Amino acid sequence: MGLWFSLFSIVILVLLVVGGVEVFSWDSLFGVLIPYAAFVIFLIGIIYRVGKWAKTPVPFRIPTTCGQHKSHPWIKANNLESPYNSLGVIGRMALEVLFFRSLFRNTRVELMDGPRLVYGGTKWLWAAGLAFHWSFLFIVIRHLRFFTEPVPFFVNLLEGMDGLFEISVPTFYLTDIVIISAVTYLFLRRVVIPQLRYISLAADYFPLFLILSIAITGVLMRHFYKVDILSVKELATGLSTLNPVTPEGVGLLFYIHLFLVSILLMYLPFSKLMHMGGVFLSPTRNMANNNRMVRHVNPWNYPVKVHTYEEYEDDFRVKMKNAGLPVEKE
Amino acid sequence: MSESELSNVPKPDEFMAIDHKPPKSGWMETPVDFKPGNYCFPAKAKNLKILDMPNPREWSPTDEDWKLPENWKEIIIEGIRERLDKYRSFRIFMDICVRCGACADKCHFFIGSGDPKNMPVLRAELLRSVYRNDFTMAGKILGRLAGARELTIDVIKEWFYYFYQCTECRRCSVFCPYGIDTAEITMMGRELLHLLGLGINWAMEPVANCFMTGNHLGIQPHGFKETLEFFAEDAEEITGVKIEVPINKKGAEILFVVPSGDYFGDPGTFTCTGYMMLFHELGLDYTWSTFASEGGNFGLFTSHEMIKRLNAKIYAEAKRLGVKWILGGECGHMWRVVNQYMDTMNGPADFLEEPVSPITGTKFENAKSTKMVHIMEFTADLIKHNKLRLDPSRNDNYIVTFHDSCNPARAMGILEEPRDVIKNVCNHFYEMPENTIREQTFCCGGGAGLGTDENMDMRLRGGFARGNAVRYVQEKHGVNRLACMCAIDRATLIPVCDYWAPGVEVTGIHEMVANALIMRGETERETDLRGEPLPGKEEKDE
Ligand code: HEM
Ligand code: SF4
Ligand code: SF4
Repeated sequence: MGLWFSLFSIVILVLLVVGGVEVFSWDSLFGVLIPYAAFVIFLIGIIYRVGKWAKTPVPFRIPTTCGQHKSHPWIKANNLESPYNSLGVIGRMALEVLFFRSLFRNTRVELMDGPRLVYGGTKWLWAAGLAFHWSFLFIVIRHLRFFTEPVPFFVNLLEGMDGLFEISVPTFYLTDIVIISAVTYLFLRRVVIPQLRYISLAADYFPLFLILSIAITGVLMRHFYKVDILSVKELATGLSTLNPVTPEGVGLLFYIHLFLVSILLMYLPFSKLMHMGGVFLSPTRNMANNNRMVRHVNPWNYPVKVHTYEEYEDDFRVKMKNAGLPVEKE
Repeated sequence: MSESELSNVPKPDEFMAIDHKPPKSGWMETPVDFKPGNYCFPAKAKNLKILDMPNPREWSPTDEDWKLPENWKEIIIEGIRERLDKYRSFRIFMDICVRCGACADKCHFFIGSGDPKNMPVLRAELLRSVYRNDFTMAGKILGRLAGARELTIDVIKEWFYYFYQCTECRRCSVFCPYGIDTAEITMMGRELLHLLGLGINWAMEPVANCFMTGNHLGIQPHGFKETLEFFAEDAEEITGVKIEVPINKKGAEILFVVPSGDYFGDPGTFTCTGYMMLFHELGLDYTWSTFASEGGNFGLFTSHEMIKRLNAKIYAEAKRLGVKWILGGECGHMWRVVNQYMDTMNGPADFLEEPVSPITGTKFENAKSTKMVHIMEFTADLIKHNKLRLDPSRNDNYIVTFHDSCNPARAMGILEEPRDVIKNVCNHFYEMPENTIREQTFCCGGGAGLGTDENMDMRLRGGFARGNAVRYVQEKHGVNRLACMCAIDRATLIPVCDYWAPGVEVTGIHEMVANALIMRGETERETDLRGEPLPGKEEKDE
């Protein structure tokens, strides 16, 4: 159900643009107003969500330790898997965010006759996840060339790397191939693996379809139904310099692409895609395992009802004395 | 564990004829089915009353009517709101799961039962779906499509079943790319259930006992003393050395705290005897306490507030007795509490001193704030400095493997110290497969308050992954002893081994230390602590 709903939503979204641009010629709605609105919602949304997390206290230090803690000098502590200082935490987080360290651990267990369990490594999710995210990042950075004049050197540099293999004219970007394959894989595993299909919601299919549609419309524009790049750049720089224009000839395909990106921007802060921010704030990962060295303070620590020693001794004084145990009050 | 409990369970191949593929009906449409052997009996009213907990009454999970307060729904929703505002962990874990499924087959309960709601991700969704419905915009607008569902009595029943099929072991959290810790979500789920008076007796009876008598088992001060003295006599019989038992001794240097399982049932008792022999040999100035006679803390399986209520007595007793620092015995969840909660909840322990080993002079820098040292850190340090005379060949009948208990491994990171000690006190040690030890270790299947006999079917399922790994080293290396440093394990791994790897016995580490320990003035030992003949001392007359 979630799958079809998501697919259907994407189709509706595309039809909206087709109708809006072809029939009503609402170019400035799709080329200016919605992108601006999306950007504002994106910014405010992210700030709101992250702000809400950041405002929520962290009462206890609860890192998940995945390696040897720091104890005696002759026992090698593992500062990356069980960090004992900030440097270790930064290292752990960097591995997590840049290389998906935990996902790299992934294993697969199989129940065999016997009964017996067999474990195997499985790196596909990790590889596809990493490929998708890095190519996504590359593509976002590459897009800066539309919004800037002059184009910053790193954008050109990245573009040069990305187009290293000059497969076609214009050069086919590696990241385009990678993102489409990776997202396709991520989608397929969701429908093919029964457990995964069982847990998947519309909110899981929708972003995949959305990102895939964005990537495909992008590739179509570049290689198949070529758009006028100069007009696109004019529109984009117009947006970024707050001098919005909607030049003739950017074309329907471009408006679809831009609209879907706007949807992604607006959707992101209110969806699971916020894992982007959450991963940095996850207490099981971003805290040092040094609780016995440095006291952690809980801002809302409150007094609780306990059974005191005095009450305990009152309960058992006679028995304690008979057993020869020392007591406070005779 | 009684033999009869296990004889009711079908043979392993039949028992494991399960399917990991989910059923046809979606999980929201699949109501919970309380299968005998798969849930724990509810908390008795008397225990809740002792603790001033809500809605004490007699009830059963199989009843139609759970006798909930009239405004139960409001209570839960408010309870969720309160916890979202108090715990960043909870809020973030509700928000960011991408349902990548990496955690799915990491849970021993899913591996052993095939029930999709035992996949950590789905266990969390049981609560997350309600969160979405009442606390997120998408859930309010899109409802079921967004994975939201209304809170109903059936949802509560489902929570009760599945939050008590999680041993809070954190294995899922190791594999999650965001560190989402389903144990943390289970803890919240259990707190919420307690607001309605829904708990299990195997957890709440120990909690009530611990609150009143100082330990989970309700052993009173004179009984505690008798028990320890009895162990000392046993040790004397074996070694010829008379061992004193300091209890509630003011001005001692060290307060020693153990889980009550250590002095209650075999084989923990041998480890307990082992501590006493070791401390005697060292001439340690220490004391036991009848009041702080429990390091374990079933509050951890109840609520954060209850952790604090039960844990408070340790610092209080250290202060009353005027000790310098605290030493803690072999226990799993006790160390989760000491490492993650004690100082924050009941500290600062500024009336204590930074721990220093009186024998080696080693400063335990890593415990300088909490002031509580793990016995394995203590003993590893003694061995490193050659302070113990050890004869590991006395353990030659043991072919040993080591089970990392969940909490020391994943909530503390104490991995090498126990191995260090084991390797110094026995000659035959083999690791289980890599995917089943250290941070990837599998639970015994009965932690977090689930180690009760009425729950045996689920315990054996949960213990399958561990049992399977034990059987692997049993077949490959002839392993016959499973060492662990956890009191719950020492009870729960027994049926797990009896069923999945028959012939393997469970042992604490200080039992083996004491076997190997050459004490001053000891007579030649004939038997180990269990009264079994030492290698080379077997009677040859058969
Ligand atoms: C700091 C930045 C980020 C980190 C560390 C991160 C990390 C991850 C990880 C570890 C996964 C699970 C593996 C996988 O399914 O690929 C994941 C999933 C996902 N991420 Fe990210 N992510 C980040 C930013 C983003 C952004 C900006 C987007 C898109 C706008 C995004 C979209 C997704 C999607 C759609 C999935 C789910 C894939 C699926 O359904 O299988 N992520 N992310
Ligand atoms: S591994 Fe983490 S993100 Fe993935 S499904 Fe499990 S809890 Fe969610
Ligand atoms: S904490 Fe352990 S028992 Fe609970 S869901 Fe995670 S793996 Fe399963």
